[in-house]
Amino acid sequence: MQKLIASVVSRLVISVPYLWMVIFFLIPFIIVFKISLSQVTMAIPPYTPTIDVAAGWQAMVNSISQFSWDNYAFLASDPLYYKAYLSSVVIAGISTFLTLLVGYPIAYGMARAPATVRSTLLMLVILPFWTSFLIRVYAWIGILKPEGLLNQFLIWANVIDTPLNILNTNTAVLIGIVYSYLPFLVLPIYSTLEKMDYSLVEAAEDLGCPPITAFWKITFPLSMPGVVAGCFLVFIPAVGEFVIPDLLGGSETLMIGKTLWNEFSANRDWPLSSAVAVVLLALLVVPIVLFQRAEAKAQESEK
Amino acid sequence: MNTTWSRFNIVSLVIGFAFLYLPIVLLVVFSFNESRLVTVWAGFSTKWYVSLFNNKSFIDAAWVTIRVGLISATCATILGTLGALALTRYTRFRGRMLFSAMIYAPLVMPEVITGLSLLLLFVAIGFDRGIWTVTLAHITFTMCFVAVVVQSRLVTFDRSLEEAAMDLGATPVTTFFKVTLPVILPAVVSGWMLAFTLSLDDLVISSFTSGPGATTLPMRIYSQVRLGVTPEINAACTILIAIVAVGVVIASIANKRREVQKARDEQAAARH
Repeated sequence: MQKLIASVVSRLVISVPYLWMVIFFLIPFIIVFKISLSQVTMAIPPYTPTIDVAAGWQAMVNSISQFSWDNYAFLASDPLYYKAYLSSVVIAGISTFLTLLVGYPIAYGMARAPATVRSTLLMLVILPFWTSFLIRVYAWIGILKPEGLLNQFLIWANVIDTPLNILNTNTAVLIGIVYSYLPFLVLPIYSTLEKMDYSLVEAAEDLGCPPITAFWKITFPLSMPGVVAGCFLVFIPAVGEFVIPDLLGGSETLMIGKTLWNEFSANRDWPLSSAVAVVLLALLVVPIVLFQRAEAKAQESEK
Repeated sequence: MNTTWSRFNIVSLVIGFAFLYLPIVLLVVFSFNESRLVTVWAGFSTKWYVSLFNNKSFIDAAWVTIRVGLISATCATILGTLGALALTRYTRFRGRMLFSAMIYAPLVMPEVITGLSLLLLFVAIGFDRGIWTVTLAHITFTMCFVAVVVQSRLVTFDRSLEEAAMDLGATPVTTFFKVTLPVILPAVVSGWMLAFTLSLDDLVISSFTSGPGATTLPMRIYSQVRLGVTPEINAACTILIAIVAVGVVIASIANKRREVQKARDEQAAARH
């Protein structure tokens, strides 16, 4: 009896969340792929062919035969999309590097702080993450505007005479990404650095190794798992970022998340935006799988 | 420890935290600005808060957001906790690789993809878009965060406690509620809070999956921001920040108290 209950319970525990994710995560992707092979029409839903199971097998075969790769051919032929993909990856790559540059010293400083203040520092890093993403991006508009606070400050400090144009440029987008994603990078690096055995560094320094060399030879390699996880957590979502390029970027900012949104909402071209999403996903599949493996491995090693 | 390094640490922490907090502080300060301009200080005023509370569309959006947040965070916590149990307790079942991929992928999936795919699902099954579609979408992406948070607590859980309960004749369900849940409760609670704030914040997935009459607060703020920056938005943002800050402070005080209590209990136990 006990065994029977246990097996029923274990089946439920697995199947409920499993089914939920299959219905609301996996199947939607299949639908996206299916619609990316359709054509746009003026109808509800605005694409054709639609598959109607009730119409019988022959009708289904007919509508499947209408599928085509036209949307993908269009994506390949129009340089706009190619450039948007490329510039998304470039912007995400540069901003990931910049986030690492800003975030590593913070994580390092936190890990080497006295144990009594460490938990407070940790809370201080997490706190901005709890405030809305939109609010944090919005805050930068007031700072970066031509008549904004940064320019007022720089003119007051006599650094510049004429206001800098930062808002609506790629620089603003980079600042926005670094700012919004910083906690995602600081936290994994901090947790690897905190667990690190500092006697290794002390030993190296006792043997005459300069602190900088000790850092590059010992500390940095040991913090690699955190660095890798953090960089994925910044890079992957940043490639498809929509809010930041939309609010802080300008006409020169070409990012694929924004392109997808425009195709979807302004042009109401659902098949084409689905094709854009499929290609974006194909682009990100390798980093996503690597990220998932790294996470699973980290969980295993904690056991 | 080398002094130059620790000075470097302090400087990098000060600069880092200034970078993290200055924009938010400025945003809050200018919500109390007398002037319509959000960048020129013209004296203290709370008039933007008054005009915000008289703005019906903001209030309506706030209610939608809170309702979606409460329902989706609660469902996501249940589903996410089950998911975490499945991942840590049952190391072998068919499709485990796929399941773990489906739990981790939404953490990094660009929101435009998740939003578009859920919208197309709702259209395909003929589900009218509105507050319920937003809620379903929020449950889906927040339950993964809950699963990861709870899982990290479960892997360090001492399973002999459960085995002892089962040996004494407790059913698996009783064991879960009497033994496992109390131990992992802090992680479950923080998972709920995380799910709630993620739902509160979400703009992109809500915009895709929402329909008429279901405008959330971030959607409302976003459409206002596109028209221009006003102190009224600053006031709305300040209220949101205040709610979150109060919640986090209460949670951390409760945590501290529990730790102090635990330490006291341990001392008392040691004395006996």
